[in-house]
Amino acid sequence: MTQRSTLSHLDWLEAEAIHIMREVAGQCANPVLLFSGGKDSICMLRIAEKAFRPGKFPFPLMHIDTGHNYREVVAFRDKRAAELGERLIVRSVEDSMKRGTVVLKHEGESRNKHQSVTLLEAIEEFGFDACIGGARRDEEKARAKERIFSFRDEFGQWDPKNQRPELWSLYNARSHKGENIRAFPISNWTEMDVWQYIEREKLELPSIYFAHKRPVVLRQGSIVPVNVPLMNGELTNLPKAGEEIIDLQVRFRTVGDISCTAPVESDADNVEKIVFETATTTITERGATRLDDQTSEASMEQRKKEGYF
Amino acid sequence: MSAREQFEDHGLLRFLTCGSVDDGKSTLIGRLLFDTKTILADTLSAIAKTSEKRGMGAVDLSLLTDGLQAEREQGITIDVAYRYFSTGTRKYIIADAPGHEQYTRNMVTAASTANLAIILIDARKGILTQTRRHSKLASLVGIPHLLVAVNKMDLVDYSQATYEKIKADYLEFAGKLGIEDVRFIPLSALNGDMIVDRGDKLNWYDGPTLLDILEETPAAHTEHTEKFRFPVQYVCRPQDSANPDLHDYRGFMGRVEAGTLKVGDAVTVLPSGLTSTVKAIQIGGVDIPEAITEQSVTILLADEIDTSRGDMIVKSSEVPAAVKQIEATVCWLAETPMDRNRTYLIRHTTRDSKAKLAAIDHRLDVNTLEKVAAEKLAMNDIAQVTFKLAQPLFADPYLENRGTGAFIIIDESNNNTVGAGMIL
Ligand SMILES: Nc1nc2c(ncn2[C@@H]2O[C@H](COP(=O)(O)OP(=O)(O)O)[C@@H](O)[C@H]2O)c(=O)[nH]1
Repeated sequence: MTQRSTLSHLDWLEAEAIHIMREVAGQCANPVLLFSGGKDSICMLRIAEKAFRPGKFPFPLMHIDTGHNYREVVAFRDKRAAELGERLIVRSVEDSMKRGTVVLKHEGESRNKHQSVTLLEAIEEFGFDACIGGARRDEEKARAKERIFSFRDEFGQWDPKNQRPELWSLYNARSHKGENIRAFPISNWTEMDVWQYIEREKLELPSIYFAHKRPVVLRQGSIVPVNVPLMNGELTNLPKAGEEIIDLQVRFRTVGDISCTAPVESDADNVEKIVFETATTTITERGATRLDDQTSEASMEQRKKEGYF
Repeated sequence: MSAREQFEDHGLLRFLTCGSVDDGKSTLIGRLLFDTKTILADTLSAIAKTSEKRGMGAVDLSLLTDGLQAEREQGITIDVAYRYFSTGTRKYIIADAPGHEQYTRNMVTAASTANLAIILIDARKGILTQTRRHSKLASLVGIPHLLVAVNKMDLVDYSQATYEKIKADYLEFAGKLGIEDVRFIPLSALNGDMIVDRGDKLNWYDGPTLLDILEETPAAHTEHTEKFRFPVQYVCRPQDSANPDLHDYRGFMGRVEAGTLKVGDAVTVLPSGLTSTVKAIQIGGVDIPEAITEQSVTILLADEIDTSRGDMIVKSSEVPAAVKQIEATVCWLAETPMDRNRTYLIRHTTRDSKAKLAAIDHRLDVNTLEKVAAEKLAMNDIAQVTFKLAQPLFADPYLENRGTGAFIIIDESNNNTVGAGMIL
């Protein structure tokens, strides 16, 4: 390793993220790291390794599964947790539906926003006082002012007017029982930083991040994947009557609930090509790929107030 | 060749923008993002729609930096927002601290992590009370580089005389404030002159563009040698029964707040004062020969020394003082004023101590910049105070080392962060 007097931008971001994770471990009694199998949380696992190895992570991993996740991602999630030898907790929105705490407006409604309910139930079940998440400030306007340590009240609510001032790198993770801290170690990363980090660290990703052919329809200007197989083999996202199915070369920039994650057209079949594509791309990540964020500019803010991550 | 190797990496620069309302802060930031091509197409189309809705002709770049719904409804900005752009050789984090009543606390927050401040002046108005206030706050918070940007040059016919007059006025009061490194630049944020491109209206100015200045500004910690300071965040004791090699492993984890450390260096652990040498420095269990400033590492010592979170590892030749009383400049952040009779919690590095106010030496009137006598501290007040501490802190003067000179004040009843302090 060559030594230099200042850190490169990736080294700096990594060092900051490690520092934040260690603050959570040092200040909180019972934290958890949210791991979805997506690219941001994959970076977080590498950061956790750099922060805590040769020790074990001082927190378990947890995924809130909507039951509508891409099979490739779920398989990757389980494989990665096993390779690391860390404990993975999975809590599912479908269980909340069975309990009656989540009620869908109609069968096809996106389960994405309902993750908040299941997350709060899991926080209560395990008594977590902090959740480490992979959100970034560049993802969406409402996140630009988010603290690195964000305070949530007993109902998991985020009150933009009641956040603690955050100065220097002195973080205040104190909370009373029932309250909760969300900590975002990669707040200061952009999508480009994430891809550069994946490239540098040679991180493995679920296959759907790379260009592949898949059946899609074009719906209101978005590419919508159709006939997507679930874990149990059942197909979801069926095309509507009259829609023309085309086989398109696509990749995903974010992977979440199938009902609200759209791919982009791309030939980038390796990380290096994705880095180049990201550098020259003309559409922001959420704009391109989150079908549910487009309804209102401020819809993310609304969901955060309700306890969304 | 990988994408990374194409360009040199000059690390990361954090800066903040300050100015009075309507000086053009949002436009400037929008312009920087726009001209560095980070404004992506769909963000732009959303803004175009909003501009249209508000009955504006041209796309209003200032809308890029508007944040939350509540603010949008009120049409004001009330908190610090962070923005990002990259030139390929450097990554930038902009802290955007808006004006209004909460200005002082917003600016102190934004300034705490910045290495450069852009102070915007409207060329038509020249230096205002706010300009003095922003400059004073920037220097109090120890921002090493100030850049005075005279904006809206298009509205004064790009007049060199106007620019020179503002520059002379500024230098006069900057001298009084003890601000040393200050540079000047004429701009039109609206037209994009002298931001990324030079434009063709300011040919009399032969200095660098705004972006060139940002590209050349030294990153934090590179300008003078600093004493090694390593607050311990967490102690790693794996004790994995399957791996006897790890049986005696004791790693002290933290981030280097200042200075550098090599394997073999003699160190002292505070508060115990016990000494040892550095056996290994690691990241993620992998050895590295040296740790540099801002790097997050794990330190292993040659001797077994009982060490926990809140302790500090330093080089034995540069041990800081352990203090139980501190004099500091404090900015009060909370709506509830400071209660002189109460005990607060001070968090300094990874260490906490209960603290009681012993004296308020004076308050700074941020508008007149005069020292005035004060009995209490209310939100946005800045004062020089003395605290008595229950536990010793290992502190350096803030202006020597931000990392070990800064602290926050926490109200234990509600756990809020109520104040920010800089040790004198
Ligand atoms: N003519 C001119 N107008 C400008 C310039 N910079 C900003 N403005 C305008 O000044 C007004 C206030 O700018 P804004 O960026 O919102 O100011 P802020 O309150 O400091 O963020 C807006 O109408 C801008 O279009 C400039 O360089 N020239």
